[in-house]
Amino acid sequence: MKLRRLTLIGIPYFWLLALFLIPFGIVLKISLSDIALAIPPYTPTLDISGGWQAVRDFLSELDFENFEFLTTDDLYWKAYLSSLKIAAISTLLALLLGFPMAYGMAKAREDWRPTLMMLVILPFWTSFLIRVYAWVGILSTEGYLNQFLMGIGIIGDPLVILNTSTAVYIGIVYTYLPFMILPIYATLERLDESLIEAAEDLGCSRISAFWLVTVPLSKYGVIAGCFLVFIPVIGEFVIPALLGGSKTLMIGKVLWEEFFSNRDWPVASAVAIILLLVLIFPIVLFQRNEQKQREAEQ
Amino acid sequence: MKKHLTLVSAAVLCAASSLSAEEVRVYNWSDYIDESLLEKFETETGIKLIYDVFDSNEVLETKLLAGGSGYDVVVPSATFLQRQIAAGAFQKLDVGQLPNHGNLWNVIQERTDQYDPSGAYSVNYMWGTTGIGYNIGKVTEVLGEDAPLDSWDLVFDPANMEKLAECGVHFLDAPTEMIPAALNYIGEDPDSHDPEVIAKAEAVYDAVRPYIQKFHSSEYINALANGDICVAVGWSGDVFLAQFRAAEAENGHEIDYSIPSQGAQMWFDQMAIPTDAPNPEAAHKFINFILNAQNAAAATNYVWYASGNLAAQEFIDQEILEYPAVYPDAATLEKLFITTPYPAKVQRVATRLWTKIKSGT
Repeated sequence: MKLRRLTLIGIPYFWLLALFLIPFGIVLKISLSDIALAIPPYTPTLDISGGWQAVRDFLSELDFENFEFLTTDDLYWKAYLSSLKIAAISTLLALLLGFPMAYGMAKAREDWRPTLMMLVILPFWTSFLIRVYAWVGILSTEGYLNQFLMGIGIIGDPLVILNTSTAVYIGIVYTYLPFMILPIYATLERLDESLIEAAEDLGCSRISAFWLVTVPLSKYGVIAGCFLVFIPVIGEFVIPALLGGSKTLMIGKVLWEEFFSNRDWPVASAVAIILLLVLIFPIVLFQRNEQKQREAEQ
Repeated sequence: MKKHLTLVSAAVLCAASSLSAEEVRVYNWSDYIDESLLEKFETETGIKLIYDVFDSNEVLETKLLAGGSGYDVVVPSATFLQRQIAAGAFQKLDVGQLPNHGNLWNVIQERTDQYDPSGAYSVNYMWGTTGIGYNIGKVTEVLGEDAPLDSWDLVFDPANMEKLAECGVHFLDAPTEMIPAALNYIGEDPDSHDPEVIAKAEAVYDAVRPYIQKFHSSEYINALANGDICVAVGWSGDVFLAQFRAAEAENGHEIDYSIPSQGAQMWFDQMAIPTDAPNPEAAHKFINFILNAQNAAAATNYVWYASGNLAAQEFIDQEILEYPAVYPDAATLEKLFITTPYPAKVQRVATRLWTKIKSGT
C-alpha cells in the first residue's frame, strides 16, 4: 500500500527532476562558465575522474560575470520588455477572439459540439511550421490577401503586412488561439444553466447575468487559457523570425544570436535563466494568491 | 540548368542501395548540388548517402561545437572553418585516400591556404562572391535606364534606396559579410578587426536602414523570383537560382547579378571531416567523388557557383566559364577581397552592432 503511494507521488516528481531540474541545473552551470574556443565552447568542464580536487577547481572557476554583463547593455532589458508586451497584447487579442468562440461552442446544439471541437483542433494536424509559412504566402505584398483586396477594388496599392509587427500578432494569435478556446470551452460547457435562469428570475437582464454569473464562473478557464498563451509566446522564436521584420525585438531572437552568432553559450544561458525567473516569480505569486482566495472562500 | 529545380530544399535524400549497411552523412548548404550526383554516388560506391542541408554557417558551427553532430562531411565557409579547426572540430584529410586531390585549382588553393594552411583539413567545394541581385525591369522602372547596377551605390546611397524601397530590398542577415561590404564601400579595410573601424559601418547602414525590408539569408531567392522584391544583397549562385526560378515560372521577372565595381567579398566553401565523424573512410570516398572532374563540373553546371576544381573546367558549360559574374576576369578578381574570422570579443562587437543596425536598439 505504501509502495503504491510512493510510486504515485514519485512519478510526477521524477518527471520534474528529469525534465526540469536537471536541464535547469545544466543551463545554470553553463551560465556561470566562460566562453572558450573548444568543443563544447565553454570552460570549465567537469571531469569527475579527477576526484574531489577536480570538482573543487571546477567550482572555483564559476562566477556571475555573465549576469553582470547583461546589465551593461540595455538590449537585453528592451528585449525582455518587448517580449512581455507582445505576449500581453497577443494574450488579450486571443482572449477577445477566443472567449466568444468558446461561448458559441458551449451554447451550440449538443450534437454539433464534437464537430466544432474538431474544427478547433483540426489545424494541429498540419505542422506548425508549415502553417506559419502559409501566412508568408497570404500576407506578402504579392500574396493572396493583397491580390484579393486589390481584385475587389478595396485598395489600390498592396498593404505591407509581412515583416511587420502586425504580421507577428496575426501569426501568434492564429497559432495560439486553440489554447485559449479549449480551457474556456471546458469550463463554459460544464456551467450549470440553472444558475443563469436563477439570475434572470431574480431580475437580472441577460447581459448582466452574463457578466455576473457566466464570466466569474469561467474565470479558471480564462486564467488557464491566458497562461497557455502568454508563457510560450514570451519565448517565441519561429513566428517573429518568419513573419516579423528585424524591428520586432524579442528575447527568443536575442537568445538565438547569443547562441549562434556569438557562439557565447554562457551568456545565452544567462539570458535564458533570467527569462525563467521573469516568468516564474509572477506566476508563483499569482498562484499563491489564488490559493489563499480559494481557501478563504471555503 | 534547364533541369527541373526542386523547390523543396530541406529534403533528406535516402535513395536505394539498402543492401549495404554502410552510411555516409553529408551536411551541405541548401540548393547547392545537382541531386542526381547523390544517386550516382550511391550506385558507384554502394554506400548509403544521407544528405541534409543548412542555410547559415552559424547553424553548422553550433552543431559542430556541441559535438556529436553525427555528420561525416560538412561544408563550412573558410572563415568559419579556420576557427573550427582551432577548436579541434576537424580531422586531417588523408590525401592518400583522395586520388582526385590533384584536380584542385591552385589559384583558389592559394587563397584558401590562408584559412587552412596547405589544405590539411579541407578541400574547396565551390566559391563565389557576395554582391547584388536585382530585377532588371523593376529597378530600371524605379531608377531609370542609368541605374548604377554595377555599383554598391545602388544599395548604400540613400537617394537610390529611397526609391527602391517601393519595390522591396532584402539584405543578407550575415554580419561577417555585410560589415566588410560597408567598410569596403567607405574605403576602410574590409577585414579590419578594430572595433572603432567596425563601428563606422553603422553610419552606412543607418542612412539606408528605413528602406530595407528584411535581413534574411535565404528568403531573397524566392522573393526575387516572385517579384516580391527588386534588389537583394546576396550570394552569386543564389541570385542565379532566383533567375532560373523566375524563368521557370515564366512570370516575366528578369533577374541578374553583379559584382560591384568597388569590389566584393570572395568566399570559399570547404569540405571537411569532423573529428568525431562516424565513418571517415566513407567521408573520404564522398569527397573524392566530388573532386572527380566530371562530378564537380556537373555540380557547377547545376548551381552556377564557380568550382575550386581546375580539371572540371573542361566539362563546365562554356556559358558559365565565360560569365564574369561567376568566373570573374582578372581585373575583377583583383578587386575581390577576403576576410578572416573575428576573435570572440570582436565578434560580440560585430554582432551587437548588427543587432543595433537591424532593430535600432
